[in-house]
Amino acid sequence: MSLLTIRNLSVEFTTGSGRFRAVDSVDVDVRAGEILAIVGESGSGKSVSMLATMGLLPWTATVTADEMSFDGRDLRAMSGPERRRLVGADLSMIFQEPMSSLNPCFTVGFQIKEALRKHTDLDRKQRHARCIELFEMVGIPSPEKRLSAFPHQLSGGMNQRVMIAMAISCRPRLLIADEPTTALDVTIQAQILDLLTGLQKETGMGLILITHDMGVVAETAERVAVQYAGQKVEDQPVADLFATPHHPYTAALLAALPERATEKRLPTIPGVVPGQHDRPEGCLFSPRCKFADETCRIVPPPVQPRPLGLARCHYPLEVPEGVVPAKVEGASA
Amino acid sequence: MADASSQIASTVPTRRPGRLREFWTYFKENRGAVMGLYVFVAFVCLALFADLIAPYDPSTQFRTAILQPPVWQDGGTWGFPLGTDALGRDMLSRLIHGARFSFFVGIVVVVVAATGGIFLGLVAGFAPKWLDTLIMRLMDIVLAFPSLLLALVLVAVLGPTLLNAMIAIALVLQPHYVRLTRASVLNERTKDYVIASRVAGAGPLRQMFLTVLPNCLAPIIVQAALSFSTAILDAAALGFLGMGAQPPTPEWGTMLADAREFVLRAWWVVTFPGLAILVTVLAINLMGDGLRDALDPKLKRS
Amino acid sequence: MSATVVTAKDLGRDYEVGGGLFSEAGIVRAVAGTSFAIEAGKTLAVVGESGCGKSTLARLVTLIEEPTSGTLEIDGRSATKADWPSLRTDVQIVFQDPYGSLNLRKRVGAILEEPLKINRPKMNAKERRAAAKEMMRLVGLREEHYDRYPHMFSGGQRQRIAVARALMLEPKLLVLDEPVSALDLSIQSQILNLLNDLQERLDLAYLFISHDLSVVRHVADDIMVMYLGRPVEVGPKDEVFAAPRHPYTKALLSATPSAEPSSRRERIKLVGELPSPMNVPPGCPFAPRCWKAQDKCRAERPVLEGAPHPAACFFPEA
Repeated sequence: MSLLTIRNLSVEFTTGSGRFRAVDSVDVDVRAGEILAIVGESGSGKSVSMLATMGLLPWTATVTADEMSFDGRDLRAMSGPERRRLVGADLSMIFQEPMSSLNPCFTVGFQIKEALRKHTDLDRKQRHARCIELFEMVGIPSPEKRLSAFPHQLSGGMNQRVMIAMAISCRPRLLIADEPTTALDVTIQAQILDLLTGLQKETGMGLILITHDMGVVAETAERVAVQYAGQKVEDQPVADLFATPHHPYTAALLAALPERATEKRLPTIPGVVPGQHDRPEGCLFSPRCKFADETCRIVPPPVQPRPLGLARCHYPLEVPEGVVPAKVEGASA
Repeated sequence: MADASSQIASTVPTRRPGRLREFWTYFKENRGAVMGLYVFVAFVCLALFADLIAPYDPSTQFRTAILQPPVWQDGGTWGFPLGTDALGRDMLSRLIHGARFSFFVGIVVVVVAATGGIFLGLVAGFAPKWLDTLIMRLMDIVLAFPSLLLALVLVAVLGPTLLNAMIAIALVLQPHYVRLTRASVLNERTKDYVIASRVAGAGPLRQMFLTVLPNCLAPIIVQAALSFSTAILDAAALGFLGMGAQPPTPEWGTMLADAREFVLRAWWVVTFPGLAILVTVLAINLMGDGLRDALDPKLKRS
Repeated sequence: MSATVVTAKDLGRDYEVGGGLFSEAGIVRAVAGTSFAIEAGKTLAVVGESGCGKSTLARLVTLIEEPTSGTLEIDGRSATKADWPSLRTDVQIVFQDPYGSLNLRKRVGAILEEPLKINRPKMNAKERRAAAKEMMRLVGLREEHYDRYPHMFSGGQRQRIAVARALMLEPKLLVLDEPVSALDLSIQSQILNLLNDLQERLDLAYLFISHDLSVVRHVADDIMVMYLGRPVEVGPKDEVFAAPRHPYTKALLSATPSAEPSSRRERIKLVGELPSPMNVPPGCPFAPRCWKAQDKCRAERPVLEGAPHPAACFFPEA
């Protein structure tokens, strides 16, 4: 049973210099108790697609989708208040910058209790008890004392723990973590990742981990979706993705990792991610792809079947025997 | 070893709109600002071509037509569309020439205040702590006085002429520029590109004027637009109090002061200069708001 | 035998913090007791978490700040404040954030020529232009980029501009302060290759500051691991990675996620976080988080010593 189902999600922004498509027909499926990682470089639309799911985009964004449902309930048909009740309770999110996601004017205890007051019907005492319980769950030492601390009195790692405590305060079914460890040091990053996966196992919630760090993906995720320039280009279980990437972008990205390098010169991906003003016509990766031919440059690629990792490519790599890659009608192969 | 250059990124975003274009897109989103801009441009044209547009010389007195009402009221003629004042001078001509003075006041005051303020602000931002403190406390003292009162005192000391009024207003407005410049200098100074120029060996003067200053200009431009209107308003106030331009100069504030005794008998002699001041100041303020929206990167949506 | 480009002996830098009208100023030791030497054509990587003093070290070596203790020698000459102007051209720096390190109001050409304008007053405009274009070619920028503004470039290209600017004065030592941390993975490898090519070609010495061990493993010859302002382990890259001696190095290596899903392993869990540099514990600074700490560690500070490479620990791993 899929917890979050999104079909053909697109997000467009109106900017000073025209319209910009940040997310382009992306599908997302998360089952309860699954850890999905969404990987991509900056500008791949990985955060935007999740913000759109949460309904947290500014008014300049236009969101369209064929389907967008959480636990069988249609998110698009919901009224504002209904959606707000869902977001924060069943569907929760933590962000990259723990320092700026907490309000510096209030104590962390007050901010968590506020969230509890909005979404639960616990009374004052119960809220306090629940706060302490939450702080213990996320591994904050001496919770009684920390409840009355202001965000600036805590370190980045502690603040991220507070954010996690707040996010799980209403026992969400799905937690979206947007680059939760990018601003933290590696030793703290390891602690937070362990905490997140631990909590996920304990509570059985779904976890979407948005990141650009392949190491984090390899160590925590079960399934990986790779995004490039607003499109999902590949979707595979983690071990398969690292062993047999089907999309040339994924393959090139993995090869560019310094720790996979065999010699001093690293394999590179030439060029840059296309921006608002230089979007290619056909495959978005074609200008940088070493396998690209005329078809790639003109015809948008098909989405390959599941055995080929749903790769959005005309010529997927590492085709196993017996699988026929999908072809676009009229494309000369 | 041509490898490094062989990896030139092949797609360079070249069709990105220029900075001016982008500025205009953001500016024109604010309709009030665009209207303000049009009014301001009209005002500038009036000031520039006052001699050609105005039907009469502003100080010619028509003894036969004293306190004549505007054309749409009984007794008005097309000869004096906005009527005449107590000495028989054409209101329209005086208002048009008044625009010239107001514009002049605005420009001079803003240039003097901004030059001095930016210089002091830059020095304060780069100077050792004691000099910084000295400059800033001096500015605080200036700011502690009610601005118009201070301007009045200064004019009283210097003598009541339009030039002295402008100097006084510039001095009063200066601290705002000092604080604004210093704040952005302190902000910019810690940025990597300034440190990089230091590592390249740039001296303090080069850092101040060539490296840091161009990056602090956006808020200063907005402040300049807004203080342009303050300057006009203050000059009018000083003129009204008899401490600015002296009669028969067709300065709007002075015109108001001259017309005080006719308020009840001839409404047009006070209303039109007052309206002129109101419209100009409002237009410039609206334009300043639009400038801030377009120049302040924090308000930009991407 | 390559020449030693930079030698630091017992380098230290204290900051006074706080100290308003009514409170006494506290002293933070951002860097203390740091010694190293880098030869031409070699890379010393400095690794550590935020607050370990690696950025302060970069500022000391780049002659932006004066050390409060210890000596620094660049190209065989001692670098006291009086000698800074003459040493400027020998050390240059590339910053982490390519968006903040370039002056947005200047064209690429002007950015590249500024160091020449200041330091080579005899050069005329034509020579400067030629030098700038030559350098752009070297770092992989095209000639027509000369008249563009930095905001028209992507992060990776901006970092190329930053590298080009740093190289304009033909320095012997390049300080790289997290040069690829702000870049995307696909761009990161381009810049690392560029740095590698330039080093081979110009025989540059690099002081490479980074928190990313996988990058460090790729670029470094030697590694210095810092914790709370002091080096805790120094040695050749292969030795340090293969057989870390200090527990902190070991924990750091174990915490770095590896991009091999098959190699998921039990991590060393460090408890707690970096203590505030305002009150460093009296003994070994790592003792409060160390799983091997004993009473001796909490009382006495271990010195950097031992073989095969020095580590500041009483009970080293190997």
